[in-house]
Amino acid sequence: MRTVFTKFFLLAFLLFLSQTTFAQAESNSGSNLLMMVLLLIVVLIAFAVIFQVGNNLLQMEATKVGADTEKNNYSIFPRLNELFGSSKPSFVGDSTVTKLQQGFDIKLEGAADRHINKVSVSTYAIQPPNYRGIAPIPKLAVEIGGTVKAGDELFYDKNEPDIKYVAPVSGELISLNRGDRRAITELVILADKEQQFRQLPSFDLDNSNREQLAAYLQSVGAWSLFRHRPYDVVPEKHDVPRDIFISTFDTAPLAPDLNFVVEGHGEAFQKGLDVLGKLTTGHVHLGLNAGGNSAPSAIFTNAEGVEKHWFSGQHPTGNVGIQIHHVSPITPKCSVWTLGVQEVITLGRIFTEGRWNTQRLVAVTGAELNAPAYVNTYAGANIGDLLKGNLNNDHVRIISGDVLSGQKKGAENFLNFYDDQVTVLEEGDYYEIFGWLLAGRAVPTASKSIPTAAIFSDTVYKADTNTHGEKRAFVVTGQYESVLPMDIYPQYLMKAVLTNDYEKMEGLGIHELIEEDIALCEFVCTSKQPLQQILRTGLDMMYEQG
Amino acid sequence: MKDLVDKVKAFEPDKKKSPFLHTLYDGFFTFLFTPNLTTSGKGVHIRDRMDLKRTMVIVVFALTLCYLFGMYNIGHQHFVALGKHTNFLEAMHLKLVYGLIKILPIFIVTHVVGLGIEFYYAAKKGHGIEEGFLVSGALIPLIMPPDLPLWILTLAVAFAVILGKEAFGGTGMNIVNIALLARAFIFFAYPTTISGDQCWVSGIEYNGALASGEVYGWAHHFFDWIFSGLGADVFGTGGMAVADGFTGATPLGLAMQGWTAVTEVYSPMQMFWGAIPGSIGETSKPIIIIGALMLIATGIGSWRIMVSCLLGAVAMSVVLNIWNFDVYMNIPWYYHFYMGSFWFAMAFMATDPVTASGTNTGKLIYGFFIGVLGIIIRVMNPAYPEGWMLAILFMNVFAPLIDHYVVSANINRRLKRVKQVA
Repeated sequence: MRTVFTKFFLLAFLLFLSQTTFAQAESNSGSNLLMMVLLLIVVLIAFAVIFQVGNNLLQMEATKVGADTEKNNYSIFPRLNELFGSSKPSFVGDSTVTKLQQGFDIKLEGAADRHINKVSVSTYAIQPPNYRGIAPIPKLAVEIGGTVKAGDELFYDKNEPDIKYVAPVSGELISLNRGDRRAITELVILADKEQQFRQLPSFDLDNSNREQLAAYLQSVGAWSLFRHRPYDVVPEKHDVPRDIFISTFDTAPLAPDLNFVVEGHGEAFQKGLDVLGKLTTGHVHLGLNAGGNSAPSAIFTNAEGVEKHWFSGQHPTGNVGIQIHHVSPITPKCSVWTLGVQEVITLGRIFTEGRWNTQRLVAVTGAELNAPAYVNTYAGANIGDLLKGNLNNDHVRIISGDVLSGQKKGAENFLNFYDDQVTVLEEGDYYEIFGWLLAGRAVPTASKSIPTAAIFSDTVYKADTNTHGEKRAFVVTGQYESVLPMDIYPQYLMKAVLTNDYEKMEGLGIHELIEEDIALCEFVCTSKQPLQQILRTGLDMMYEQG
Repeated sequence: MKDLVDKVKAFEPDKKKSPFLHTLYDGFFTFLFTPNLTTSGKGVHIRDRMDLKRTMVIVVFALTLCYLFGMYNIGHQHFVALGKHTNFLEAMHLKLVYGLIKILPIFIVTHVVGLGIEFYYAAKKGHGIEEGFLVSGALIPLIMPPDLPLWILTLAVAFAVILGKEAFGGTGMNIVNIALLARAFIFFAYPTTISGDQCWVSGIEYNGALASGEVYGWAHHFFDWIFSGLGADVFGTGGMAVADGFTGATPLGLAMQGWTAVTEVYSPMQMFWGAIPGSIGETSKPIIIIGALMLIATGIGSWRIMVSCLLGAVAMSVVLNIWNFDVYMNIPWYYHFYMGSFWFAMAFMATDPVTASGTNTGKLIYGFFIGVLGIIIRVMNPAYPEGWMLAILFMNVFAPLIDHYVVSANINRRLKRVKQVA
């Protein structure tokens, strides 16, 4: 291969040389500058060829004397990792870092301070729509008005009666809210002042097999902590994951700092990892952040029984889907589970504390808050209670999750089960004069056509929900690829979904994606296309097909 | 600000009674104000500032210098043909005004026809006006000869917009480049108005072997009245004989006889800076390159297409140099970039995202073949002096095929992975 290149170089070199000598003989009409530039290029190529030949000789000599060319570099040119070695942070050590070039960090105002606010939340809800894949009207195990302890069974899916869904807090089940077609959307619990936990039956982790463990986890409600890829659904009863992936950093806008979140929960986190290790036939993979200024929490870096992978790059590098793609891509028939860090802690606590303790830190973020900070609460907390007294504006949108893939909620609604973030944004229902031309308001953008955004890349923006333009057909190309660090062609995938082309959807890798992975593409989309909705339509179609 | 919105909204026509007027109103309203739409709540909650209007307008910005130079050059070529004011910077006011009088009707007719059709279809289909014609409408005047009869232009624009775009479903759905389709229509339907030696210099009337300048019209007389009042040079009545040795041929027309035949009439620097006859906007290379750099810097135009297009053209002309079969092939490869509309085609035509390849790999292949084909048509086909229009239209048709193979490669990589696991 290399000799082919060298030959090609030499041929090109000769060609250029002949051209320029001819040209010099006859050029006398003012194209001197061009000739100089060409000559310079020729000289540079000549040098490159000389270096390349010298390098080849050196390498040949090295092999001849039997030097270990794998380990040591016997070349004029530095190796790629030597060149960029200095940029690899020292805390990574000898591990390799997967550097992802594509992506974009949306920098927003209102990041949470690293301290924990005291809030009192009176109601919590468990929301069946959070658990994708179950029937819309599950069977209730408790009557309205009944009292439960944290960890008591609340409902189950009639297709999978062994997988239990349990109460996050103790108290009285006060109401049951329904949505479209009478689907149950919220089961609201009025929480006790003093939380009571159901004492879970103990389980001998060391002397039991995988089936026993799975049955135990299903019975205590822990199955709902797992999310099965493809499709991002609750795993089926007999599902055995090929691998389990956990991302230990979140690059989404204003996302909680998981190093802060995990502080003090090292034991539960490690226990959770141990349990996961028994559930999979493959490995538990931990995605670590090599892009930060300091090392990730020691709880992550010292975790045992897991494969660690370092990643650096902009959002969506922290998304577990992106990390899976670079470690061991999802194929249509395989099963991979993913968990959030706080879910791992909850899982670990079943074994360390013997109870269903969903206590978690939630980052309450956004520019419309007086004091963005963390709050300590249980899963499914009422959002109005979390934000009480903190809003500085009432014309806002409240989001459970981040601004890219979170869900719009009202103050009367509840935090989604898997979310550890609430974001509050200003509603952007304003008109902007010549908005397509002048940047009247500084809002985040990935486009280089807005020079301030390109030059002052550290600026923190106050975003709002305005669409900044109307929906159009797909026109611009290459835009999605520039923010999605995966070997996937999103625009073609979207078109395959829109035309119901199953074969193409599968071929183009719909199984590797869920909404959060494609969310940044939707953000940058010039045509304002609803990519996440399109993707979910496609995923649902594939899921129904089996 | 809110008052202004309300004032404009007072004009809103009833959508049911007059859908066309409402579409028109909506088009102008959204042009004036970015609408107050918010994200639906079912996907992202914040959106990038970038939208299609801005994308399109940046391309138009990149073209403005071409317009200015083109306008001036129309006047300059006219006067050079008459042997008056032959220095480039002489009598600037006359050249500018002459160019303006030529270019304005072309610009207006293009937009009235193109936008009219666009508005009509938008009203009929009940969607907002899409911005596609902003760029097509800015490109079409620049690739026409200055003396093109306006009725032919009308036909061409109507043909391109209806059959090239609306028939396929509007902005973003077309297979071939609208602006080039309009030009190709004229090229094949009315070839005498857009090829040969007699159409590139404006205002020269050919009468057998004799040629003379046009008799100026009322617009020129109106400006004469102003200029004479200011004591500056005036147009006069016109009808003058052309200068000795005037041919009106473009460098490409002469290149058939080899490079020396070209340099007898035009110096390389003259060709580079663009003071030569040709289509309105494509003569000045530095100005087009500025526009191209602007497109690359803002990320609107694909650098992949531009670079590979350049490489393709270089590679093919080097190959032809080596082959060296006739005097045209003998023209040194770098001189191909002084003549003709390569730069304009590369920067503004090939990079149209709708008709180009959509994948990054595909863009490289697509651009390269445009470069190769353009030079082949230019040099090896005596019937067509310039090749870019046909090369780009040809590759427009092939772009989906290129993408198909690039995407299939991606699918196959994934399939292989499945097999490895299984």
